[in-house]
Amino acid sequence: MSRNVKVNVEYLTRVEGHGNIVVNVREGRLEECRLDIVEAPRFFEGMLKGRSIFEAQHITSRICGICSCGHTLASIQAAENAIGFKPSPQTVKLRKFLLHMETLDSHILHIYLLVAPDLLGVKSFVPLIATHNEVVRRAIRMKKTCNDVCDILVGRHVHPISCIVGGFTKLPKEKEIDAMLTLLRTLEKDMGPTIELAATLKFPQFERETEYVALVNDEGEYPFLQGDIGSSDGLRVKKENYKTVTNEFIVPHSSAKHTRASRASYMVGALARWNLNGGKLLPKARALGAQLGFKPLVTNSYLNTAAQLVECVHCLEDSIQILEELKKDGIDERETVSVGLNEQGRIPVKAGRGVGAVEVPRGILFHDYEVDEQGKIIQANCIIPTGQNLNNIEHDMRKMVPEILDLSDEEITLRLEMLVRAYDPCISCSAHFLNVQFINR
Amino acid sequence: MTKPRVAFFDFACCEGCQLQVANMGETLLDVLQAIDVVEFREVMSEKSDDYDVAIVEGSITTPHAVERIKEIRRKASVLIAYGSCATIGGVNGMKNNFNLDDIRGSVYGEQARYFETIPTRAIHQVVLVDYFVNGCPVYIPEFVKVLKSALSGIPYRVPDHAVCVECKLNENECMYDKGITCLGPVTKAGCNSWCVNNGNICYGCRGMVTNPAVDGQKDILEKHKIPLAWVENKMNMYNKACEPDREARLNVEKR
Repeated sequence: MSRNVKVNVEYLTRVEGHGNIVVNVREGRLEECRLDIVEAPRFFEGMLKGRSIFEAQHITSRICGICSCGHTLASIQAAENAIGFKPSPQTVKLRKFLLHMETLDSHILHIYLLVAPDLLGVKSFVPLIATHNEVVRRAIRMKKTCNDVCDILVGRHVHPISCIVGGFTKLPKEKEIDAMLTLLRTLEKDMGPTIELAATLKFPQFERETEYVALVNDEGEYPFLQGDIGSSDGLRVKKENYKTVTNEFIVPHSSAKHTRASRASYMVGALARWNLNGGKLLPKARALGAQLGFKPLVTNSYLNTAAQLVECVHCLEDSIQILEELKKDGIDERETVSVGLNEQGRIPVKAGRGVGAVEVPRGILFHDYEVDEQGKIIQANCIIPTGQNLNNIEHDMRKMVPEILDLSDEEITLRLEMLVRAYDPCISCSAHFLNVQFINR
Repeated sequence: MTKPRVAFFDFACCEGCQLQVANMGETLLDVLQAIDVVEFREVMSEKSDDYDVAIVEGSITTPHAVERIKEIRRKASVLIAYGSCATIGGVNGMKNNFNLDDIRGSVYGEQARYFETIPTRAIHQVVLVDYFVNGCPVYIPEFVKVLKSALSGIPYRVPDHAVCVECKLNENECMYDKGITCLGPVTKAGCNSWCVNNGNICYGCRGMVTNPAVDGQKDILEKHKIPLAWVENKMNMYNKACEPDREARLNVEKR
């Protein structure tokens, strides 16, 4: 078909951060297909230089409001590795719980408020207030519940307060554990209708197999906080050697760096995690995957949203288990840590390098710090999930556009926007992202 | 009565303050009955050039952003700077501690020239701001108060006394009594001493009070043998971009 298509979406909406989609098809041939990242660079890695390793979490949490707990946990992991501090089992348990809350919160925001409007044919959740009032109320109620749990656990969800290097500055008391359990039980009641709604949503057909990258481990646990880096092409790399997986390179049209591992591009996020670790999900989540027809490998990128729903079920179930364990065993309040720039030398520091690798809602996140003998940061590097997905999104677009040229310009644009949104991109994070620009159709 | 048209915009920031709006829960639906949100890119595809109130998150860090904020100012009858990045420069201001070419080079190497950047500025350092909602992130009860004031056309005064006042009412043990540096004594209240309530220190995210009790602060530091440099180092985390404002004020006072 000799057709010209020009897509030019400036400032893509319902994503976090700023990006443009540019597509140019001349006489049926794809000439250009790009995802431009136009987010103003913020230079976090540079700003960290000379800062105390005990301040890094507070600063890097501010890279992103949506995954501020994920950045917090990756930063703390890197810092603790660098100075040789090993967190207690209670601390690790509470950190896993915090990460689950953020994953739930972020996935619910994405499924209900960012993706569902496309699948229901409206521009945002606002028209849904009139047409699907109970659905909107349920969505914001579920989101608020996750937030209320975070308020109790770490002071707030956006930029958590009490979760720092060494542990927590405030630990939940028994009645607070009860309060969080009550909140999660109400959330459980909303999860049923969420699954029913999701089963009615129709995702576009599109298949492209790529390399899937996520944390893997040899234990029975679906890994979020601990493990090596694994891929569907057979990579297994220690987190300290993440650079052999990410191989960052700069492209002129993007203030976010691109990555590639064993092939031209790879994918991270809920779908990658499911493809690598789906068998380790808790029973209810595994059953939902089966109900959705998931069989490895799932190669339709749009289904990342469905994989997020499966993870919601898992995270909720695991969170309730963690809280019940904490209730049974009791919290050891003596583990409460003090802040203060390590001014009193409570945690000894030494020179060294540390890497944090954490599965945050959008995929694997790396923080890498090198510190001097006073614990001051000499070198910092952060590799963000969305940055790792950008290259894969462009490869998806390049395969998809020629396949859908019989659609109208509007339909092609929407299909592309939906593709990018399926990755749940977080552009503030990676700008180090969305607008579709059709040129010449 | 027609509902005021409200638009959200963001510049260099983490979008966490906008997310705080989505975190209001079902109260958000009540707010949406009072206003007509015409643009909110993070959660809506609708766009509009016709708005009465602009709520702006983020700091100004590129030449393009300077032009864009001026355009927003021209169109809006009321402009609300929303969150630390917008009101005082916030963590983006730390960039101003460095030579810009150095920091660009250290993050982007040889490709640094693609990444245009200017010293971080708060919104009021570029255009006139009508209302300030401080905080990293914003404190939702205060935002609701500011929004009500803006919609009824009455001024909102950001509390200009120290966080310590709220902290004392919350009966927290003073961080200095634990030998820990805290910016509560010099930082504007209004957050209900959020961080100290949760066992952390005040990092100064709401900006410095106009008339800090400098001598009192010096006494505290001396008593606890805490070097001033530690406090200055902390001040640089959120308040660096506003240094020129303070210097200008001191110059006026000298005259």
